[in-house]
Amino acid sequence: MLEFINFYLVPGLVLGCIYTLGAIGVSLLFGILRFAHFAHGDMMTLGAYLALLVIGLTGWPAIAAIPAAMLGTAVVALVIDRVSYRPFRSSPTIIIVIASFGIALMVRSAIQFTWGLEIESYRTGIHRPMVFFDSLRISGNHIQIVLTTIVLVGAVHYLLSRTKIGKAMRAMSDDPDLARITGIATERVITWTWIIGAGLAAAAGVFVGMDTQVNTFMGWNLLLPVFAAAILGGIGRPYGAIAGGMVIGIAEELSTYPWIGTAPLLSPGYKTGVAFGIMVILLIWRPSGLFRGRVF
Amino acid sequence: MRLLEATEMTGGYGEMDILDSVDMGVDSGEIVSIIGPNGAGKSTAMKAIFGIVRLRKGQVSFAGEDITNAATETQVRRGMAYVPQERNIFPNLSVHENLEMGAFIREDGVAEALEHVYELFPPLREKMRQPAGELSGGQRQMVAIGRALMVEPKLLMLDEPTAGLSPLFMAEIFERIIAVNATGVGILMVEQNARQALEISHRGYVLSTGRNRFADSGANLLANEEVTKSFLGG
Amino acid sequence: MEQMMFGIMMYLVALLTIGGIYAVIALGLNMHWGVSGLFNAGIAGFFAIGAYTSAILTTPTSIKHLGGFDLPVWLGMLASMIAAGIVAYAVGRICLRLRSDYLAIATIGIAEIFRLVLKNESWMTNGTRGIANVPKPFEDLGTPWSQLAFLAVVIVIVAAVYVVVERALNAPWGRVMRAIRENDDAAEAAGKDVVRFRLEAFVFGAMFMGLGGAMTAHSFKFIGPEATEPLLTTFLVWVMLIIGGSGNNRGAILGAIIVWAIWSMTQILTGFLPPDLAVRAATLRVFLVGLLLQVVLQRFSRGLIPEKSPTAAAATISQKVTPAP
Repeated sequence: MLEFINFYLVPGLVLGCIYTLGAIGVSLLFGILRFAHFAHGDMMTLGAYLALLVIGLTGWPAIAAIPAAMLGTAVVALVIDRVSYRPFRSSPTIIIVIASFGIALMVRSAIQFTWGLEIESYRTGIHRPMVFFDSLRISGNHIQIVLTTIVLVGAVHYLLSRTKIGKAMRAMSDDPDLARITGIATERVITWTWIIGAGLAAAAGVFVGMDTQVNTFMGWNLLLPVFAAAILGGIGRPYGAIAGGMVIGIAEELSTYPWIGTAPLLSPGYKTGVAFGIMVILLIWRPSGLFRGRVF
Repeated sequence: MRLLEATEMTGGYGEMDILDSVDMGVDSGEIVSIIGPNGAGKSTAMKAIFGIVRLRKGQVSFAGEDITNAATETQVRRGMAYVPQERNIFPNLSVHENLEMGAFIREDGVAEALEHVYELFPPLREKMRQPAGELSGGQRQMVAIGRALMVEPKLLMLDEPTAGLSPLFMAEIFERIIAVNATGVGILMVEQNARQALEISHRGYVLSTGRNRFADSGANLLANEEVTKSFLGG
Repeated sequence: MEQMMFGIMMYLVALLTIGGIYAVIALGLNMHWGVSGLFNAGIAGFFAIGAYTSAILTTPTSIKHLGGFDLPVWLGMLASMIAAGIVAYAVGRICLRLRSDYLAIATIGIAEIFRLVLKNESWMTNGTRGIANVPKPFEDLGTPWSQLAFLAVVIVIVAAVYVVVERALNAPWGRVMRAIRENDDAAEAAGKDVVRFRLEAFVFGAMFMGLGGAMTAHSFKFIGPEATEPLLTTFLVWVMLIIGGSGNNRGAILGAIIVWAIWSMTQILTGFLPPDLAVRAATLRVFLVGLLLQVVLQRFSRGLIPEKSPTAAAATISQKVTPAP
C-alpha cells in the first residue's frame, strides 16, 4: 500500500499538476483564439531552460526561479503572437495551427542552439525524501510542486471569476463576435491569455525539471498528454482542464502498477501512450469532453 | 438634432450587394423602426451602420462625425450600442457578469448604470447570479438589451428584439423599449412584428429588395393602404 | 577536376533521389491537406508503417527482428501501401468526423504510438537498433550505375504517383473533394457522403506516405526509429507542400525538391564547421526552415505553383445550395 502511494500515486499527482498547468493554457487559448496551440509544449521547455539560466546565475533553488521563467516565457509568447499569429486572426484557424507547428520547431531549435542538446538538471547530488509516519516518503520537490500548483490554479480561478479582464476572457471564449460588438478590447484579452497560458506552461516546465531533468525534447513529449488533458476536461473550459490533467497524470503512473500479479500492468515503455489511449476513447465516445466543452 | 444620418448605403457580403442606395436617419430621442419582407436587407442595413458589413458606397455619420466603415470597437465608444438578433448574450457568464461586460469600455464606476438596468428589468435582479444561458427567451432578451445599455448609449440598435417571443413577452419587451426611450436614448430597431413596432415608433422605414420603399411617421405608415397591404399582411 | 565533377554529380543524384522520395510523400499530403483540407500532422506514423512493412518483408531472414521474408522489393512496396492504407482507414473512421485541429492532435498521437511500438517491440523491429540489410534495387551494378538506376526507379514512381493523383483530381471524385473542402455543409446538403469521401482521400494519401517510407528504407538499406522522427518527416513535408503550393500536385513535387535541396545543402555548410559548432549550427537549420515557412505563410500563402482556380469546382456545388447571406 505504501509502495503504491510512494511510487505511483504521488508521482501521478505530480505529473497531474504538470499536465494541469499546461492544459489550462491550451484550453484558454483554444477558447479565445480558437486554435490548438502546437507550440505549447515548447513553451514549457523554454520555461524550464529559462529557470536553468536563472539558477545558474543566482544559485537559487528552482522554485524561486519560477516567477522569472514565467515572465520570460510570457514575453516570448507575446512576441511570437505579434509576429507570427496576429497576421492570421481573420484567416481560417488551421493556418495558425500550421504556423504554431513551425513556431514549435523554431523555439526548440533556438533553445538547442543556446543551451546545446545535453540533458541538464537543476541540482546535482541525491535528495533525501521527507519521511512521514516512518514510511510515507515524499520528496520536498514533490511537495513544492503540488503546493505551487494549488497557488497558481487559485490565482487563475481568482482572475477568471473576479477580475474584469478574466471575465472578459470568459466572455470572449463564449462568443468572440459578441465580445467585439460589446466593445471588449479583444486584443487586450488575447494579450492576457498569452501571459497566463505561457506563464503556466513555463511553471509546468520548471516542475518537470525539478521532478526529473531538463532536455530539449521534453515539450514535444508533454504536448500530447497536455492536449489529451485539455480535451478530457472539455476544450475551452479551464476548470475542466484541472480534472483532465489530474486524471491523465495519475492514470499514466498507475498504468504501470502491478495490478494483476507481479508484472507491471503496462510496460513502462508505453506509459506515454496512456494519455493517447484515453484521448482516443474520449474522441469516439464523447468529443465534448467530460465536462461538456465546445462541441465540434 | 440628427443623431444618425446614413445616405446612399450600398454594399453587402463579398461581391454581392444587398443594399442599394439606402437612406436612413434617427433623431435624438426617437424610436425608428425598419420593416420589410424577409431578405429586404433590414438587418444588413443595421449592420452596415454599425460597421459589421462593409459599405462600397454611401456615408454614415453619427452625431455629426463620419463613421463610414469605422471599426466596430470604436462605435461603442462613440455611444452606439448594438444588440444582434441571435447569440446576443454570453451564456456561460452570469446575468450580472453579462451586464458588467457591457460596461467593459467604461473606466468609471458602473454601479449607477447597473442599478438603472435592474430597475428597468426587475426579473434580472432576481437572477443576477445565474448563468445567462439558463434564462428564458424573454429574459435573455432583457439581458441583451441591459448589456447594451451599460455604456449609456445615445443610440440603441436592436435587431428583431421580439423574434421568437410569446405575445406576452413581446408586449413586455416593447414596453421596456418605450421606457428606455423615455430616458432619452434614440432607438433604431428592425422588426418582423411590423404593426406593433410601428405603433410605438415615431418614424419608420420600409425596405424591400435592398431599397427604400417608404419613409414616414409610424402613424402615417400604419394608415398607408399600400404599406398595410404589401408589408403588414393586409 | 574530373573527380570533383563526379563527386558533384553523385551528390546531385543523391539529392534528387531523396527529393523524389519526399515528393511522393508530399503528393500524399497534398491529397490530405491540399485537396481535402484534412490536417494530418502524423505523416511520420504512416511513413514508419510503410518503411517497416517493406523492410521486414524484403530482408533476408534474421534473428534480430520479425522475418525477414526475403520477398521482392516491389512486393514490399505494394505491401507498405496496403498497410498504411489499412491503418489510415482505422484512424479515419475515428477521427474524420472531428474538427481539423482534433484530427491533427489525433494523428500526432498515432504517430507517437507507432514510434513507441517500434522502440519497444524489439522482437519485431529490433528496437532502437533498427533493421539493417534492407535490399536496394540494382545495388549490384556498382557506382555510379546503381545510384543512377535507383534514381530512375524513384523518378518512375514519382511520375506514376503524379499521373494517378492528377487523374483522380480531374475526375468527378476530385471535384467533389474540393467542393467538400470549400464548404462541407453545402456538399452534404447536395447529397454527398462527406465522411466517406474524406475517408477515401485519407486512405489514398496515406498509402503514398507509406510508399515513401518503404522507398526510404530501401534507399538507405536501413530503417530505425530515428528516421521516423516527426521533424524530418512530418514537418519537412508540410513545409514542402506549403512552399510548393498546396492543392497543386506539381507544386508538391517542386516544393519537395527545393526544400530538400535547401535542407541538404545547409547540411553541407554546417559540415565545414568544427564538430562542436556543427551540432549547434544544425539546430539553426531547423530554425531557418521554420522561418521560411512563416514567411511563405504570410507573404506567399498560395506557394510557388498555386492551385488552379481553387473555388471554381466548389462553386458549382455550393451555389446551388447556399442562399444569399
